[in-house]
Amino acid sequence: MSMQAHIAEPGRAGKWVRTVSGWFAGRGRTLVIAIPMLWLLLFFLVPFLVVGKISLSEAAIARPPYLPIWNFEDGILTLSLNLGNFQFLAEDSLYFNAYVQSLQIAFFSTILALLIGYPMAYVIARAPARLRNLLLMLVILPFWTSFLLRIYAWIGILKTNGVINNILLSLGIIHEPLVMMQTNFAVYVGIVYTYLPFMILPLYSTLVKLDESLFEAAADLGARPLTIFLSVTLPLSVPGIIAGSMLVFIPVVGEFVTPELLGGPDTLMIGRQLWTEFFANRDWPVASAVAIVMLIVLVLPVMLLQRTQPDEAGG
Amino acid sequence: MSQQENGPVMRPWLDPDAVPFIRIRNITKKFGAFTAVNNVTLDIYHNELFCLLGGSGCGKSTLLRMLSGFEQPTDGSIEIDGQDMAGMSPCDRPTNMMFQSYALFPHMSVEKNIAYGLKRDRLPRGEIADRVAEILKLVQLEEYGTRKPAQLSGGQRQRVALARSLVKKPKVLLLDEPLGALDKKLREETQFELVNIQETLGVTFIVVTHDQEEAMSISTRIGVMDQGKIIQVGEPREIYEFPQSRFVADFIGSVNMFEGQVIKDTQSKVVIHCPDAQMDIEVSHGVSCASAQKVAFAIRPEKIQMSRTKPKKALNLTRGVVQEIAYLGNLSIYHVVLDSGKAVRVTRPNLERADEHAVTWEDRVYLYWDGTAGVVLNT
Ligand SMILES: Nc1ncnc2c1ncn2[C@@H]1O[C@H](COP(=O)(O)OP(=O)(O)OP(=O)(O)O)[C@@H](O)[C@H]1O
Ligand SMILES: [Mg+2]
Repeated sequence: MSMQAHIAEPGRAGKWVRTVSGWFAGRGRTLVIAIPMLWLLLFFLVPFLVVGKISLSEAAIARPPYLPIWNFEDGILTLSLNLGNFQFLAEDSLYFNAYVQSLQIAFFSTILALLIGYPMAYVIARAPARLRNLLLMLVILPFWTSFLLRIYAWIGILKTNGVINNILLSLGIIHEPLVMMQTNFAVYVGIVYTYLPFMILPLYSTLVKLDESLFEAAADLGARPLTIFLSVTLPLSVPGIIAGSMLVFIPVVGEFVTPELLGGPDTLMIGRQLWTEFFANRDWPVASAVAIVMLIVLVLPVMLLQRTQPDEAGG
Repeated sequence: MSQQENGPVMRPWLDPDAVPFIRIRNITKKFGAFTAVNNVTLDIYHNELFCLLGGSGCGKSTLLRMLSGFEQPTDGSIEIDGQDMAGMSPCDRPTNMMFQSYALFPHMSVEKNIAYGLKRDRLPRGEIADRVAEILKLVQLEEYGTRKPAQLSGGQRQRVALARSLVKKPKVLLLDEPLGALDKKLREETQFELVNIQETLGVTFIVVTHDQEEAMSISTRIGVMDQGKIIQVGEPREIYEFPQSRFVADFIGSVNMFEGQVIKDTQSKVVIHCPDAQMDIEVSHGVSCASAQKVAFAIRPEKIQMSRTKPKKALNLTRGVVQEIAYLGNLSIYHVVLDSGKAVRVTRPNLERADEHAVTWEDRVYLYWDGTAGVVLNT
């Protein structure tokens, strides 16, 4: 269990190892919790506070391009909090629309990923054990090529003289090329394609754990396959559905690359807006305000969801 | 405790005209090259509590799973109540199964678990509630209806699983090691309960177990399995007192086995020359075996008489020294080593609390039995 068993002779080094192993045994639990806490603090909370600070300052032509929010002069500390950025977001309907459309695209992408990913996860989980790893590998395989490359590949498939149009035209099914690029359709294709593995993996890990005898018991009691699915499989896979949906929904709301490359001018997503504010307008405070609001828009529903979710789901 | 000993005796298996309720004919199941169930033919009658008994991996569960439809037989046929089961899916079969692992739905309360099968039959809601309440009372879990399986003890879960499989009142109830997880006391109580339930509901039970005492105490008949084959079917008493093979004699209860050779075979008696027992054992019922055939004489430990003084009249008599005594409370087990070196088990009930004349360690004793105490086995 501890390292002590492996120490052959209790010399000086042995003593040291024993002390360390004792410390690990005693503090191990604290340590295990402390490391991720520290990580979150350093790479999440601190940047969040920095962004929060910037969102409350005023833009300026300077370096960095905003005014400090506190000033210490003649022994007087002045703190100037500028809520104007948030006010600006509230007044300009562009931002509101971008938030709504981001949430909408994220919502429908999640639903689509669930509808496509569930059957895939189900089939993999029910496949013979020796096939499962191969199938999972195939799900993860696209990650081994660059994300950008894959999106460019989609451009090649979807564009006016792309693969799909060429095939349909040559088969005579259509006579005019379909316009797919720079539409929301292309954005959905790209997003669902990209995030599908994040849906499949948690679903798979939930489904593979379900005991085969539960399905047999249901069948034995007179349930047909569809009833078994609806009354046993589906309720027991709720934890996987929730985990997968979160893993898709949350990053998609802030998605930037896919709408930028596949979407058209009317694909308003908040990630794009953020980028524009930061790099095109160089308005860091407004960009920070956009980021803060996005976080609130995202975090609140997730927290509410977790509050309402029963603890023993799946257990 | 056996059922044929209480109440009116119903033994359709003795009646050549009786129609079996379940007819298993030459059923074989192969997994690849491995034969899990090998050419089993078995008749089970209405209202029986039939026990399948055998060691681990002998094919009991596989046989049950073929009855419930989860495994397709490689060969042979199964008929229940005159209906051929071939190709019928589990949800249409007139059987319900209680799983070795219980297989309770973890996301449903006890009530919902039990009601599951009734809902599939689209019974009216009121009737479902009534029947669930009734069965909960039967298994004494009235107060636990709203709990989830995870909030129950192992024994309570087992009762829920039993209730769930019972509530549909199937024609045949299949129970795979239903009491495996229970402690000895609860196990014995539940055995009685099972027998009671079976008698009240009039359902035909097939119970898988590898516990021979359990099989003896609850069943109408026992089928002993070994390596995919049913090697003997009979009432508990028959299986215990008249085993037909060395395997059955050895598997059910404990037994002393003397290898020997038939030296005399007449209508009324058989004499077996047994060097191990230092004598020629005389058995007073006829055995169909060739002369000079090698056979085994099997005798149960409790059928052997033991005394320090030489009995006046004994058909079979031998001598030995008490080597070990195991005191079990109600009885004691004596290990007696014969002069030939063969160890023999003898059990005696402890009838008195302090018996000064009792046989003790290192005593030289006579062992003896009459002509009907044991059986001759030639397989
Ligand atoms: N699906 C399967 N594939 C391959 N072999 C199997 C399969 N199911 C069972 N077996 C084999 O068939 C044999 C009989 O199995 P079975 O489950 O019927 O045993 P059992 O008598 O119920 O044993 P136990 O008392 O341990 O439950 C075993 O050797 C087992 O390994
Ligand atoms: Mg088994």
